[in-house]
Order: sequence, then structure tokens, then C-alpha cells
Amino acid sequence: MNAPLRRVAISVLVLFTLLIVNVNVIQVVRSDELRSDGRNTRVLAEEYDRERGSIVVSGTEIATSVATEDRLTYLRQYPQGPLYAPVTGYYSLVYGNVQMERAANEVLAGTDDRLFVRRLADLFTGRDPSGGDVVLTMDPAVQETAMAGLEGVTGAVVALDPATGAVLGMASTPTYDPNLLSSHQPAEIRDYAAQLDALEIDPRLNRAIDARYSPGSIFKVVVSAAALASGEYTPDTVVPAPDELTLPQSTSTLENFGGSACDPSGQQSLIDALTISCNTAFAQLGIDLGEERVREMAEAFGITGEGFDIPLTVEGSTLGEIENDAQLGVSSIGQQDVQLTPLQAAMIASAVANDGTLMSPYLVDQVRAPDLSVIDQTDPDELSEPVSAEVADQLTDMMVGVVEDGSGRRAQISGVQVAGKTGTAENAGPDHNWFIGFAPADDPQIAVAVFVANGGGTGGDVSAPIAGDVMQAYLEGQGG
Amino acid sequence: MTSGPVTDPRAAAPGTPPPPKRRNTELALLGFAVLITLVAQAIVDLTVTGSLTTELATFGVWFTALWAVAHLVVRRWAPYADPLLLPAVALLVGLGLSFIHRLDLAAQQAGSTVSREDAPVQLVWATLGLVLFIGVLLVLRDHRLLARFAYTLALIGLVLLAIPAVLPASLSEVNGAKIWIRVAGFSIQPGEFAKICLTVFFAAYLVDKRDVLALASRRVMGLELPRGRDLGPVLVAWMLSILVLVFERDLGSSLLLFGIFVVMLYVATERASWLVIGLGLFAGGALIAYQLFGHVQQRVDSWLDPFEYYDGSGFQVAQALFGLGTGGLFGAGLGGGRPDQVPVAKSDFIAAAVGEELGLFGLVAVIIVYLVLVERGLRTSLICRDAFGKLLAAGLSFAIAWQVFVVLGGVTGLLPLTGLTTPFLAYGGSSLVANFVLVAVLVRISDAARRPAAPVGQPKPALGDAPTEVVQT
Repeated sequence: MNAPLRRVAISVLVLFTLLIVNVNVIQVVRSDELRSDGRNTRVLAEEYDRERGSIVVSGTEIATSVATEDRLTYLRQYPQGPLYAPVTGYYSLVYGNVQMERAANEVLAGTDDRLFVRRLADLFTGRDPSGGDVVLTMDPAVQETAMAGLEGVTGAVVALDPATGAVLGMASTPTYDPNLLSSHQPAEIRDYAAQLDALEIDPRLNRAIDARYSPGSIFKVVVSAAALASGEYTPDTVVPAPDELTLPQSTSTLENFGGSACDPSGQQSLIDALTISCNTAFAQLGIDLGEERVREMAEAFGITGEGFDIPLTVEGSTLGEIENDAQLGVSSIGQQDVQLTPLQAAMIASAVANDGTLMSPYLVDQVRAPDLSVIDQTDPDELSEPVSAEVADQLTDMMVGVVEDGSGRRAQISGVQVAGKTGTAENAGPDHNWFIGFAPADDPQIAVAVFVANGGGTGGDVSAPIAGDVMQAYLEGQGG
Repeated sequence: MTSGPVTDPRAAAPGTPPPPKRRNTELALLGFAVLITLVAQAIVDLTVTGSLTTELATFGVWFTALWAVAHLVVRRWAPYADPLLLPAVALLVGLGLSFIHRLDLAAQQAGSTVSREDAPVQLVWATLGLVLFIGVLLVLRDHRLLARFAYTLALIGLVLLAIPAVLPASLSEVNGAKIWIRVAGFSIQPGEFAKICLTVFFAAYLVDKRDVLALASRRVMGLELPRGRDLGPVLVAWMLSILVLVFERDLGSSLLLFGIFVVMLYVATERASWLVIGLGLFAGGALIAYQLFGHVQQRVDSWLDPFEYYDGSGFQVAQALFGLGTGGLFGAGLGGGRPDQVPVAKSDFIAAAVGEELGLFGLVAVIIVYLVLVERGLRTSLICRDAFGKLLAAGLSFAIAWQVFVVLGGVTGLLPLTGLTTPFLAYGGSSLVANFVLVAVLVRISDAARRPAAPVGQPKPALGDAPTEVVQT
């Protein structure tokens, strides 16, 4: 009987291994999913029992916890609700937490490793444990101006400090009131969510980072960078700029905006082509440079197709598949399958502004313990160097031309030189309107991207003025 | 086929010292198990109430005394017994008591009006279990005696199994399963005792009949199929398990009994065909039961997706999964989780409480303690010299393994839920007491198996040549 006995012993081993593997799957692989399941009341009760940390902008709490008398001890409140909603997100009994409430959850809930010593101390001193604060890099004036500028339209504004990558403003419209999703009454929460669901456009989407759009002509800055960086072009290099470009290996043609001519001679300097945003010139330029150089430059600017965290999760921007020169031509004017998030657009302006060095964008400046001691300070981090300082200067000159003499005039600020580029992107609906730029051109303090979805006008008409206002608000606030 | 006494490697050759008894190993391991239990109890008290209670001291003395007595009895009356069996049981019982105590405290904190404490009750059951454990060791000096009562035990087993089915639901039904006898405030789960009685019967019966049952009539696809007329016993066992499934709505006992029988049949006959036939029969029976009975369908549905039936039959498993997931790798710590969120956490779902508070590491450790217990039992079977003891040890060990697998599988969503309890760990007097008896029998068999055999079949050596006798204590 020993042979079958041994087999039984091995079978028992297999059965127990199955149990152990299954427990591993539940407790390790599915752990997060089960832990954060909305119906799992253990984490929730524990979290609401603890004073959640605040989200702070410039000394003001934009999300904070207040004690209540009801079963869940603390209520989350957003004093300026809709203004910062795209960044704060909400903290909901029913729908969980999103945006910063989710990305910084461990700090806010007090479970972050950096708060470990503090928690230990709480244990011994018998203090009620509470969460840490998250101090954002944002500037209230920038945020307010950006949200005001977008009022009534669907769109997004992102403002960066080009030297550090700090996010100065992140607006998205339409917006919503996170207080109504964060109450302690599930019925109220569901009612408000149903109202939001009924809208054509979901306000809970942060258009600055959660969605990507055809960039149109602002992408010409990337193509210009590729041309200048190749060493074969200067801003004064004369490039072909026909009225109409027949795309290679196809019968379709490409025209300029509104069917206008770029230059009577059919050719113009690179700087002039950017200033008036000549489509045929840039399509031909992209084709002449080749896909590899255009794609490499785009990737250096961060358009890699991969998302990243700031710590909010940013959708990846992409060039899409480029199958032939015809598509390369159309891609070079920011159409075809080129898709950018407004944050990515701001990163392009920011890299040019920062002497060609792209800084990693970030939203969290400091993490503070409940006693306000700083336990983590973000150090600016270099992401890449898409172009040399020399090329960045040339691009700056070209972009100054756009604002001074070209399509971006309405972004001008009195007394300050502004560099920028407009974009008007065709899509299924009315055109998207873009503007990216920075100021002051000689010593950039702020880089912005303004996106208005289906604005119907041009980037110069619709988006440039918002960008001008945002940059002016910031420069005035800085004493400039 | 079997290892006869003459070829047994453990038969002491003249002049070699007898194998070590390892009683001190057992004592050290028992001490370790008791220590872990007391520390666990202290942590529970400190975390949940913030102070140590005087009950802890009482508990400590009582619990330590239990195992000291058990150890002394084994040392005296089963000196060669496997040294790992008792410590494994002690650790499981101790952890179980700690968790039941922890859940008692949780219920008190939640302001439960019924402030009955289950941990002291369980401790009384454990004491009763140990009394029976000692009784079995004292009365049953040779496990082969059990074979004589095989048919009596079979009858007792069947009666025990049948009682809940014929009792009115008011006296036998708890949470939908008719597997109880509820008299005068006590609930007894007779199936746990029936399990042991029937295993003893299976062992005796199969030892008797295995030669016939091993006869093959023809080969089909590499399997030696038995003769048609020999299918009788397996069909009877199958019918029995189906009856249990249908009349007591107890998938657990049904699965348990049939599994034990088929595996013992396989071990006895060395014919893999019995496993295939058994599996086929059970699958067929289960399929028919699924088609015919609503409660079986419900169990299966809520097993396949507990979250879809969250508001009904899937709630318990879903809550257990939440607990396990929240526990993660290291767990919330004893007293740090919310295991009371799972309905009936003390009995059916105590493993979920272990996983939530001790984490993956704690739960896997518990599973491995079970594995040690089972594999030591199977090892006993392997070295046992008589066919009945061999088969009985195999059956009892497999019973524990199979029950642990079915219960933990149910709690963790690997299998449909059954009404079985986690041996030694879970709250429940019948299960605890019955399993103590089961282990007593295993200890008895392992004592016999590891005891150096008196040289058999050899002429008794002349007195002058006889090896020095080692005095057995």
C-alpha cells in the first residue's frame, strides 16, 4: 500500500499548494482591488475615523477635513470647490477618491511610510492619528485667471514654471462641486452624480491630463525644433511654401488655413512660415526631415505614447502610426493621429523657455506631517533635453515673431515680450483652439498651454487672449 | 504490496539501540505552541481593550496545564508516538482560541447585547476533547482492537449521520444546513463523529476485501477496471454521500465522506481506476444535484461570483475576501482588523480572520501547520506494520487534509462553500472534540508504528546473547 500512500501524500501537498497559491492571489495580487472596493467598509470606516490631511495651495486649504457628529467622524470639504476640482478630485463614500485625493491618498490618510515614525509616536502618546498635508505648487492667481478665462467653454489651461516643472495652474472646464460628491449622504451623492451623468460633457474629467486632442499648428514648434536641431536649417533658411501641396504617393492635396497663400513667391524663411503658420511649408519640412527625426524630437519633448504621474495620472501623448510620407506631412502640422494632452502642450513651451531643457512637471511641492513639519520637499527633476540652448534661442525668436507679428498677437502683454504659437485643429466637430507660449521671452517665468475644445474660432482669437491673461496675472503676482 | 513485518527496516536488529522516542522534542514544541498562544492572547487584550485582564492568567494556567497533562499521558502510554502531532494540534487550538477571544472582544466593543463569550466555552470543549484524547490512549492500547468493532462503529456512524436528516428542521437546521442536533441549548454536529466511525469501518472493511476489490476485469484506456460485481461498495458509499447532500443540504460532509472512502479504496487496492470511477460518480451526482436542487445552484452561483450576489448568498465570501485582501502580506495585526465584519467569523470563517489580522504570512503558516499534521499522519501510515493501522492512519490523515482543503477552499473562493468547520481552529465543540479523538487514534497508531518491533520469526536468542534491555518508561 506504500506506493499509493506516497501518491496520496503528494496529492495532499498539491491540494495545499493550491490553497496557498489561491491565498497569494487574494492577499497579494487582488489585495489593492479588494481593499479599495467601495463595499469594503473596513478601510472606509478606519479612514473616516482619522482626520484626513489637507491639500494646501499658497497657505490656503483647498481640501480639508472637519469633525462632524455623525457616524463617520470627519467630513471632507473643499472651500473653493469648483475652482480646484480638476486637481483635488473628490473623496466619496460611493465613488471612491480621484485625482489628488487618490494620488496622495497615503499621505492624506496617514498611511504613507514617511509618516511611520509619527504614527509610532501617536501610538505611544495616545494621540489620535491624523494624516499629513500635501502642499501644491499651484498659484491661486494663475488658477483663478485660467478658470475665469475658460468660463462658458469646454477646455483646459496648464501653466508651468519652466525652470522647475512646477505646475502653477491646471484648469479644466466645465467643472463641478466636489463637496456634493464627498458628503456623508449616499443618496445626495448619487443624485448629484446622476445630474453630472446627464450632461453631454463630463465635468469630472480633468481635460488637462485625462484626455488628448489634435494639437494642430502648435505641433509645428516640435517640427521646427527638429529642423533646427538637424543643423541643416536656421530660422532664415528658405523653405518651399506652395499654395497647395500634393502629398506624396497620393492625389490628395493640402492647403493653408482658409486656402490662403503663404508667400507669393511660393517659398519663405522658416521663421516667416512659423509666424503665419504655413501648413504647406511645415508639411513639406516634415517630409524632408523624415519620420525618424520628427519622432525622435517629439519623444524628447515627452510625446512618447506613455502616460506618467505628476502624481496625478497623465494620459500619454502620441504621434500615432505614421505609415507613409503623406501621413508624415499631415502629422507635421499636428493633424492625422497626433494627439496631445494640454499638459504635454505646456511642456513643449516650457522646454523651449528653459533653454531647451524639459523639467518633469510636478504638482506636490511639500509633504507635511500633521504638526506642519516638512517631511518631503520635491526637488525639480530634469526629464530630457530636447534641444540645445542655441536652438531654444532660435525657437524663442521664432515664437516671439508669432506673437508680435503673426497669428498670436492677442497673447501680447503690455511691457512684456511674449513667445508663443497658435493652433487650430480640425476634428470631427468645430475646430479645437490652442495656444502655447511663455513670458517674458528673455527670462521666462511661466509657460502655458490653453486648449479650447471645439471653440470654432482660431487659436489666435480664442486661446491666445486667455494665455495672455494667465501669464500677466502670474507676472504681476511675482512683482513683474 | 505491503511491507511485512520481516522486511520492516524498523524492526530492531539485535544489538542496535531502539529508535529515539523524541518526547523531549514534543515537550519543547508544545512549550513553543503554548507560548505563541499566550503571546497572541496578550496582544489581543492589549490592542483591543488596552490592558491585560486577569482572565488571561487563568487562561494561561489552564491552557498550559492541558498540554502538560496531554504530554505526560503520551510520554507514559504512547512513548514512541510521533512528536509533531500533538504540538501541531496545540498550536492550532491555541490560535483558534486567541481568535475566538478576539472576536468576543469585537462583539463586546460593538455593543452587542448578547455578551456571551465563546472563548471560555471553547476552552471547556478543548478540555473535554483532551479528556477523550487521554481516554482513547488509556483504553485503546492497541489500535487493532478497533477492527473488531468495525461493523458496530459503522452502524453508529450511519445513525449519527442520519439523525439530523430525520429530525424536524427546528432541531437540526442552522443556516440552511440540516447537520445539527440541537438539544437543551447544546448543538452537536454528529457528522464529525460519524466521520471517524466510518473511517474506522472503511479501514477494517477494505483490509478484508481489498484482494477482491483489486481484481481487474479489463483494461480500458490504460486503466484496470474492476469487475462489475465489485462496484457494490463504492456505489453504496456514493449513494450515502448523495443522500447526505440531498437530505441534509450538506455539500461538505458529503464531499468529505465520499472523498475519504475513495482515497482509502485506492490505497487499499492500489488501483487508480477506483479514483477515476469515484470522481466520475461524484461529478455525475453533483451535476444531477445541481440540476435538481435550488440550494445547490445557489451555492455554486455565489461561488462563481460572490460579488454579483453580494446582497445575498455571496455576502459572506465577499466579506471574507475583503478581509483577506485588506490583510495583505502582513495583516492588520492581532486586534487591528475588522474580522467581525464577516458573518459567523468564529466558526466557518475563522481562516478569514487569521488572514486579515496575521496576513498572508500568518495564514500560510497555519496552512503549513496543517500540512505538517497531515504529512506526519501519512508518514505514520507509511511506516505502520499492520495493514489495518496503515489504512486507518491514511484515512484519518486524509480526512484532516481533505476537510482543511474543502473549508479553506470555500472561505477563499476556490470551492463552493460547505458547512464544514476548520479542524481545531474553528469555534465548535463537536468538531473540536471529534478531532481530538481522531488525533488520539493517530497518536496510538504512530506509537505502534515507531515502536521497535520485537524480532519476529527468529528463534529467541539464548539469555546470554540477549541485548541489554532498555527499560521503557
